[in-house]
Amino acid sequence: MMRDVVVAFVLLNVLVLVVTYVTYVERKFAARMQSRIGPYRVGRPHGWLQPIADAIKLLIKEDIIPAMADRPVYNLAPIVFLIPSFLIFATVPFAPGLGLADLNIGILFFLAVSSLEIVGLFMGGWGSNNKYALLSSMRAVNQIISYEIPFVLAALIPVLLAGSLRLSAIVQAQSGLWFVAYPVIGQLAFAAFIVATIASENRVPFDILEAESELVAGFRVEYSGMKFALIQLAEYTHMFGVSCLGALLFLGGWLGPGLPGPVWFLLKALFIFLLVTWVRWSFVRIRVDQILRFSWKVLLPATLILVMATGLWVALRSGHVS
Amino acid sequence: MDAALLPLAPLVVVAGTTVVLILLDLLPPRTSKVHLGVVALVGIVATLVSALFLWGRAGRAFSGVVVLDNFALFFDVVICYAVALVLLLSLDYLRRNGMERGEYYILVLFATLGMLLMAHAADLIVIFLALELMSLSLYVLAGFFQARLTAAESAMKYFLLGAFATGFFVYGIALIYGAAGTTALDRVGAALGSATRDPLLLIGLGLLLVGFGFKISSVPFHMWAPDVYEGAPTSVAALIATGSKAAGFAGLLRVLLSTFRGAQPDWTALLWVLAVLTMTVGNVVAIAQSNLKRMLAYSSIAHVGYMLVGVVAGGPLGAGGVLFYLLVYSFATAGAFGVILLLERGRQEAVNQDDYGGLAARHPVLALTLALFLLSLIGMPPTAGFAGKFYLFGAAVRSGYIWLAVIAVLNSAVAAYYYLRVIVYMYMRDQEGVPTEPAPSFAGRLALGIALWGVFQLGLMPAPVLDLAQAAVAPLLR
Amino acid sequence: MELVTFFGVAILAVASALGLVLRRNPIHGALFLVVNLGCVAVLYLLLGAEFLALAQIIIYAGAIMVLFVFAIMVLIPGKEETGPDPLRPQRLLAVPLGAVLLLEAVLVLRSHVVGGGSSRFPGHQPGSPLAAVPPAVRPGGIESVGRLLLGDYLFAFEVTSVLLLAALVGVLTLAKRKAE
Repeated sequence: MMRDVVVAFVLLNVLVLVVTYVTYVERKFAARMQSRIGPYRVGRPHGWLQPIADAIKLLIKEDIIPAMADRPVYNLAPIVFLIPSFLIFATVPFAPGLGLADLNIGILFFLAVSSLEIVGLFMGGWGSNNKYALLSSMRAVNQIISYEIPFVLAALIPVLLAGSLRLSAIVQAQSGLWFVAYPVIGQLAFAAFIVATIASENRVPFDILEAESELVAGFRVEYSGMKFALIQLAEYTHMFGVSCLGALLFLGGWLGPGLPGPVWFLLKALFIFLLVTWVRWSFVRIRVDQILRFSWKVLLPATLILVMATGLWVALRSGHVS
Repeated sequence: MDAALLPLAPLVVVAGTTVVLILLDLLPPRTSKVHLGVVALVGIVATLVSALFLWGRAGRAFSGVVVLDNFALFFDVVICYAVALVLLLSLDYLRRNGMERGEYYILVLFATLGMLLMAHAADLIVIFLALELMSLSLYVLAGFFQARLTAAESAMKYFLLGAFATGFFVYGIALIYGAAGTTALDRVGAALGSATRDPLLLIGLGLLLVGFGFKISSVPFHMWAPDVYEGAPTSVAALIATGSKAAGFAGLLRVLLSTFRGAQPDWTALLWVLAVLTMTVGNVVAIAQSNLKRMLAYSSIAHVGYMLVGVVAGGPLGAGGVLFYLLVYSFATAGAFGVILLLERGRQEAVNQDDYGGLAARHPVLALTLALFLLSLIGMPPTAGFAGKFYLFGAAVRSGYIWLAVIAVLNSAVAAYYYLRVIVYMYMRDQEGVPTEPAPSFAGRLALGIALWGVFQLGLMPAPVLDLAQAAVAPLLR
Repeated sequence: MELVTFFGVAILAVASALGLVLRRNPIHGALFLVVNLGCVAVLYLLLGAEFLALAQIIIYAGAIMVLFVFAIMVLIPGKEETGPDPLRPQRLLAVPLGAVLLLEAVLVLRSHVVGGGSSRFPGHQPGSPLAAVPPAVRPGGIESVGRLLLGDYLFAFEVTSVLLLAALVGVLTLAKRKAE
């Protein structure tokens, strides 16, 4: 009991720190892609204190609540948004035995809790009583509901291959070969997972719900100060959490030669994160109808067929079907 | 066919036909969908034949959740007849109303699958799923004529009240599971047998009765029927009045007579009251209706009351009488709806009494057909309605429910008033305004012919079919 | 510990259910329902039914509720329901009738459970409704749910897919009309 509390406390703080620096990595990476330098002034070398400076700036800013806002909903939204983002790390095993709770249905827990994020997003959009925010949350509902299903189906393929819902068991099953390296099935599933991740994290080219050019900043347009910081933190934490899930499901988690397990794990999660960032700075935004059509008419059938093919393959391999 | 699937042959045929229809709907021609209706009809006839072929066989499949016995097969036949009549009537009706779309036939077959499944179900979960499959399809079909304002009202009312009734039904299943630890009907029955009136089981049964009561539209769960019948396409109203009611009775009879036989004194008292209320309210309110579809809706409620008399009477006579009456009632009601569906007055459906003024003079055959269906609903010899009522009320008398039988007979006399009023309009009033003309539909006339044949076949020679009905309830009463 | 969690969650569940019924703002009501469904999921978890709990969260709290809120938002933009209540007499009648029903249910249950509790059928101990389930697999665990779904309830499982197909066709029928 006591041990769990301590582990959770440490984990939370490490997470906040890691995620803060993940934003820094993204900014530097984006700058590279656009032949800029990125944050440079605060802290030497290369402005490494910039995230801390940003955090302090946001903390001391004035907290503005719009006069016509739905106050309880507006105030609760950042918290409701933040909690699931941190909760998903409860079942993530960073190395054998290193993690909070290695549930036997870990991946289900991850998917369930991560899907709660939409409630907070919605509350923010509604509570602000702002047309941009409202439009944004309506789009978010459309999009997240649409991509939730392919996301779950893509995550189901490693589950089928490993024969377990326990995240550590899924990693163990990849000790011979990472699932991403499985011929055809692995690559297709990984691609589908990445696409669904980008969409469910609302990143370019699927970022219609915060589309700066039309909706200003989407559902968080009215938030300022600490609440804005919480929303940003939640978003990046969630993104990082899903990257971790990708690393566990497809890239073999902590497995790897030489380096210690957690380092491998962090590198792999960062790789997926940068992959998504790479896409973000390379493509243009697509329209709402295109996004929905792509989900329902391409991604969903594709992942469904993939799941069936994987199931057949697993059945053949285990000799249940002769 | 696989031996395990053989008991399910009727279900498999309908499900297969549905899938074929879904695929066929995608192929050209896009403008005409009559061929879908024909394929659906062939599927239903094949189902009917398979049900007749399987008569006398018994079996179970899928760890006992679906069962094949004569009871289920009898209902298969009733439902297939009803659906076949509805399909025949629809072929031309849809085009006349500019709503010829493939989804109609697909949904009708889905509803049929639900009805058949209800007859074959031996597990509360399967009964629930069958109920939902049937209802869901019918909700959409009720609002199929979107151009009409009443269609939206019809679909919405049916959906909301139906969903509410389903909620009661599921709650009932949950309580029964909580008390018995199983959802299989026979094991629930065994649990009831050794428990001396477990209140949880009885409350569960009460909630199940609410769900079934809604489906068969017995008072006090009948409010939806007139509005839904009025707004729904007439063919769909016929389907709701015949097929879905038959399915409701299939589930009700199996649950009451077989599973909850141990609690017979409890539910008999309840159904006694329901039967009296249902037939009285149905008949009295029907008198005030001038819209024929609404009148038939209330009349169908009243007929449910008569059938509940048979359920109360119980035994092979009472339960067999219910089965027989369902067949009789289905032929007459589908026929009456069929005549309404064929008649047009100035491009509108002729649903008001006034539209029928002087019909006998211009279209004597059609008027006579409608008159015969109405006479059968009254219960005049030599039509089937007489035989049906005779057996039902006779069973009540023989089981000692003399007062119930007396009330039922009095009700039949009240009912005669509003049925005869339509006949009076047709034969003794003059036509006013635009004349009412029948649509030139061969399929529709064929359907009426079949229904008329049924009404007379069952009226003149009821004994063979009654024997079959009594044989059908035998497995429940064992 | 479990008892504390149970009572905490149970109180929260009842409170959120009351909030759902009593709040006139439909969006608040829907959000209370999310809380309520989450609480029920925790109760499932306490009973050892992890799969059910998580399915509840994914499907109800995550997806269905959001669609609810979405529909409410599109239909009633923020206005609280006001104006005279057309069903007032019925509502007034509903309170005493509900009370009578409750009293009746309590009386029936008391007389049977307290009085004749021992006369229940064998294999069923009062207070443990799951006693009749074979103990070979732990009920509620994902494995037993899987075995039941693809074993005893295989047929129901398949019929559910037919049901969904019918719903799909139905929705298409209703949705296509707008385009024509």
